[in-house]
Amino acid sequence: MFLSIDLIYILEKLILIVIIVSISMVVAMYTTLAERKVAAFIQDRRGPNRAGPFGLLQPLADGLKLFFKEEIIPMFSNKFLFVLGPGLAMLTALMTSAVIPWGSKLELFGREISLQIADINIGILYVFGVVSLGVYGIIVGSWSSNNKYSLMGGLRAASQIISYELALGISLIALLMVTGTLSLKEMVLQQQEGYWNIVYQPLGFFLFLVCTFAECNRTPFDLPEAENELIGGYHTEYSSMKLGFYLFAEYINMFISSAVMATLFFGGYDIPFLDESTLPVNVAGVLGIVALFLKIAFFLFLFIWVRWTIPRFRYDQLMGLGWKVLLPLALLNMFLTGAAILFFDK
Amino acid sequence: MQPLTNRSQAVNRAPLTWWERIYLPAIIGGLSITLKHFFRKKPTINYPEKTRPFSPVFRGLHILNRDEQGRENCTACGLCAVACPAEAITMEAAERLPGEEHLYREEKYAARYEINMLRCIFCGLCEEACPKDAIYLSETFAPSDYQRKQFIYSKNDLLIPHPEKEPEAYKKALGNRAGKNEVK
Ligand code: SF4
Ligand code: SF4
Repeated sequence: MFLSIDLIYILEKLILIVIIVSISMVVAMYTTLAERKVAAFIQDRRGPNRAGPFGLLQPLADGLKLFFKEEIIPMFSNKFLFVLGPGLAMLTALMTSAVIPWGSKLELFGREISLQIADINIGILYVFGVVSLGVYGIIVGSWSSNNKYSLMGGLRAASQIISYELALGISLIALLMVTGTLSLKEMVLQQQEGYWNIVYQPLGFFLFLVCTFAECNRTPFDLPEAENELIGGYHTEYSSMKLGFYLFAEYINMFISSAVMATLFFGGYDIPFLDESTLPVNVAGVLGIVALFLKIAFFLFLFIWVRWTIPRFRYDQLMGLGWKVLLPLALLNMFLTGAAILFFDK
Repeated sequence: MQPLTNRSQAVNRAPLTWWERIYLPAIIGGLSITLKHFFRKKPTINYPEKTRPFSPVFRGLHILNRDEQGRENCTACGLCAVACPAEAITMEAAERLPGEEHLYREEKYAARYEINMLRCIFCGLCEEACPKDAIYLSETFAPSDYQRKQFIYSKNDLLIPHPEKEPEAYKKALGNRAGKNEVK
């Protein structure tokens, strides 16, 4: 059994991994540009427009700049952990992409290629396992930099993750009760046949969205890196590309979270009002990818839009919101869903 | 206490109502405001490609004038330097030698003529003081530079292009200032 593993299959998966990781990187790069552009537009400015046409080369310039910056490791820091922190953050950010179905399938060279790296049957649990590991990158980095502001940022990140992961998980349980599966692929297939899950779970989606903002450390929940009170929070001591990794991991997290949201609630690669089975496999596959990326782009825009609109919460407000509002709402949503399932005997 | 301005308002410290406390209406209101700004026309002018139109009375970089035959007008009388409130103008006079009539209009001319653009306040008093229509302020401003000494503009930087040798550049430098000072 073990020996019969198809070598081409492994190769195919490896290529898929490389492609998806590079796409995540490129999307994250251009999200930084989008962030600056949208911020500028919202503030009646033009944003970066000098590097390349419309500033399209700006992310490259930013990346190069980070590479050429002097690299400083503070004297009293724990060097191993100090370097490990950003690496962990980046690793966990990228790992989540493995279970997301990026499209249905393509037929190339006579082989049917599934556009998902691993269709594991506990897909969504895997996502949450890995995402909550992401906070270790922040905590390790902040603790090892031996700086009070960093430590504050790390502590905030830890307590924030705990408070919001709970509501996130419970809002998800309601969704799982509706779908009856943990595999992301199957959820998409279900939504392709029936309605999108947002129809069954509007409150659940809303809670999920709010908690995702908190998970990605995005405004209004960017307490761990609050610039004006913690001078950068957990990455105060970081410079050069290690800082770049932290910032970049945030954007990759946003990208993956958008993909998860699109998959869970908005039908993944499903194209609304279109029966994909009537199209040739490859066309349907490509169109599906486009549809998914349009949905992701919308969520990314939402992330940025909210960031440049809403001010940051105070820390006690943040905790109050998490424990006193979102958690009870998530529980309520779970009970209502359960009652509805029982009542309609779905 | 008497309010100091007619715009002062008492701070509303009433506790938030239920509608206010669910935040969402306010958040959606805020989002719609920012979205409106997103599509608004941007007031920024893309500087090096486009420049802001200056008013015809704009006082910018100085230009030392020539007459129609390309001779320098300035006679190094020093009135501009005396008039200058910022003491930005330095000059050295020299006597015109026989055979130099095609270079200088008067018998005396400025061998060195420098304006320190960091001192200059672009008041235009030098232009008003000049009896020879030799200096005027153009519609451009001094470009930025890395070194202070580059801001001391010498005669080479200030002189208008020769009207016969480089007629186009001369016209451009003259702009719509042509004959402005001749109206006595
Ligand atoms: S514009 Fe005013 S400050 Fe500048 S050189 Fe002329 S007189 Fe002096
Ligand atoms: S620029 Fe005019 S005022 Fe100044 S020295 Fe020359 S002629 Fe005299």
